[in-house]
Amino acid sequence: MQEKDKTRRKVLIGLTSAVGLSGIPFAATPFIAAWNPSAKAKAAGAPVKLDVSKMQFGQQIQVSWRKQPVFIVRHTEESIANLELGVTKLADPNSDQIEEPYKGLNPSRSKSPEYSVFSGVCTHLGCAPKYFPEVEPKPWDATWNGGFFCPCHGSMFDIVGRVFKGVPAPTNLIVPPHMFEGSILTIGEDKEL
Amino acid sequence: MTEIAGKLFTWINTRLPIANTFERHLSKHPVPSKVNFWYLFGALAAVTLIIQIVTGIWLIMPYSNTEEQAFSSIEYIMRDVDYGWVIRYMHTTGASLFFAVVYLHMFRGLLYGSYQKPKELVWIFGCTIYLAMMAEGFLGYVLPYGQMSYWGAQVIISLFGAIPYIGESLELWVRGDYYISGITVSRFFALHVVALPLVLIALVFLHLVALHEVGAGNPEGVDIEEHLDDDGVPLDSVPFFPYKVLNALVAIGVFMTVFSIIMFFFPEGGGYFIEMANFQEANPLVTPDHIAPVWYYAPFYTMLRAIPDPLGGLIVMAAAVAIFFIVPWLDRSNVASIRYKGIYSKIAITMFGVSFLTLGYLGTVGVTEVRKTMSVICTVMYFAYFLLMPIYTKYETTKEVPDRL
Repeated sequence: MQEKDKTRRKVLIGLTSAVGLSGIPFAATPFIAAWNPSAKAKAAGAPVKLDVSKMQFGQQIQVSWRKQPVFIVRHTEESIANLELGVTKLADPNSDQIEEPYKGLNPSRSKSPEYSVFSGVCTHLGCAPKYFPEVEPKPWDATWNGGFFCPCHGSMFDIVGRVFKGVPAPTNLIVPPHMFEGSILTIGEDKEL
Repeated sequence: MTEIAGKLFTWINTRLPIANTFERHLSKHPVPSKVNFWYLFGALAAVTLIIQIVTGIWLIMPYSNTEEQAFSSIEYIMRDVDYGWVIRYMHTTGASLFFAVVYLHMFRGLLYGSYQKPKELVWIFGCTIYLAMMAEGFLGYVLPYGQMSYWGAQVIISLFGAIPYIGESLELWVRGDYYISGITVSRFFALHVVALPLVLIALVFLHLVALHEVGAGNPEGVDIEEHLDDDGVPLDSVPFFPYKVLNALVAIGVFMTVFSIIMFFFPEGGGYFIEMANFQEANPLVTPDHIAPVWYYAPFYTMLRAIPDPLGGLIVMAAAVAIFFIVPWLDRSNVASIRYKGIYSKIAITMFGVSFLTLGYLGTVGVTEVRKTMSVICTVMYFAYFLLMPIYTKYETTKEVPDRL
């Protein structure tokens, strides 16, 4: 074969391969896209509404939004005022480090001064922290002021879900999009956002 | 009759290389004449793989891969399917023992330098098999959709979330839902019963083909190819069939005895083979008090926990597995076997063994300050074994390897 033919053949092989390879992303698209949440899964992940006026002071309830626990805590004015006492233990008292829809929420970390709304999923590895509201010494903290303790890897949070220093969880518990319409709390949607 | 059989054999053999393959890979395949018990775990791993495939096929039949049915279908297998319990316990015991024999098989490799030139590819295929097994075991553990299936998967999938930028969308993509739902279970099922077994079988095939090309090693690290008889067969070798096959059968008998004792009397393995929390159905709103992985992942889980930053933990954990792949290039020793290596290698491999077992123990218990410090120390020891290997294997005094086996 002549030198010219060889070059011509190389160019043709190159071009054919390039055209062939360019089909790979197209062929891969349905296989990758089929793993996205389906329309059914998206519908099941719609916002949740509940009436929070019946909650006791100091009570913590959890609701399931997208099958994830969301914690709602109703605070007394006293417990909100007491938050100042434990602020030195916190890693990020003003929630500057996290990416959540909200910035500079009031001390309760929600759109209402009386309630806290945050995800019950530990920011370390996704366990559910447990609520220990009592102000008393605990095995994990001798000066416990009430808050959340994660049984998996020992992360601690205060009663509004702010993370302590020196625990595995890197950030505060995330506040999901939410809104209050009177005493009706909607989780998963905020018209102001 | 024999004449017809003979004719049939000839007819097939001229179309399919049966006799050739039998000779090449069995009756005339030379293997070192003197090896020890460490060389039996490869055969045991193959036996366990077959057990897993057969019991797995039988478990697919009554299992249901939906969110509502997954857990109850396992209970259905356990209670209502005739001998369902024994098939399921065969599969769960098989999973744990598969890892046990593979860990021993890998440790044999480290002891006797089974990764050294020209066996690098045998070793790499082996490491890939181990990686595929880890994925296979994880996916399988999610299928019963018990509490530990759910929360274990939650921890593992959230590892993807630690990857910067794409982490969160990757998590959602892997789950296919906002939590670990039936959608997640059914895709894990597909991967567990079809995709990964195909990969595993292909890798095992490559592992064996590469092994037969370069030849099996021995605990002395002697190259048996150096002394051949007149027919070109190594003097210090025996044919694989029947010598090694019969040899392995004895080991398989012992192994099956141990297997049966566990399967019939301790199928949960004290909570290490099947964790107690997995006898409760998955509940996304309630975390079990103590989340621990199955024992065979425990060492790596401890490393993950030892690092406070999730991304750092993920990197360390991945590196702990990945580092096995480069062992052939970390070992600079002029001898293969630990028997002829120097004192540093002996200290190092002991430290490695101790740290691996300690990490394993720490991964199954809760966290305290002391244990946290211990896990950091053991993680450092674990990596030191590998990362210092180029130094201590190069500068230590080795003994002279004998000429013959």
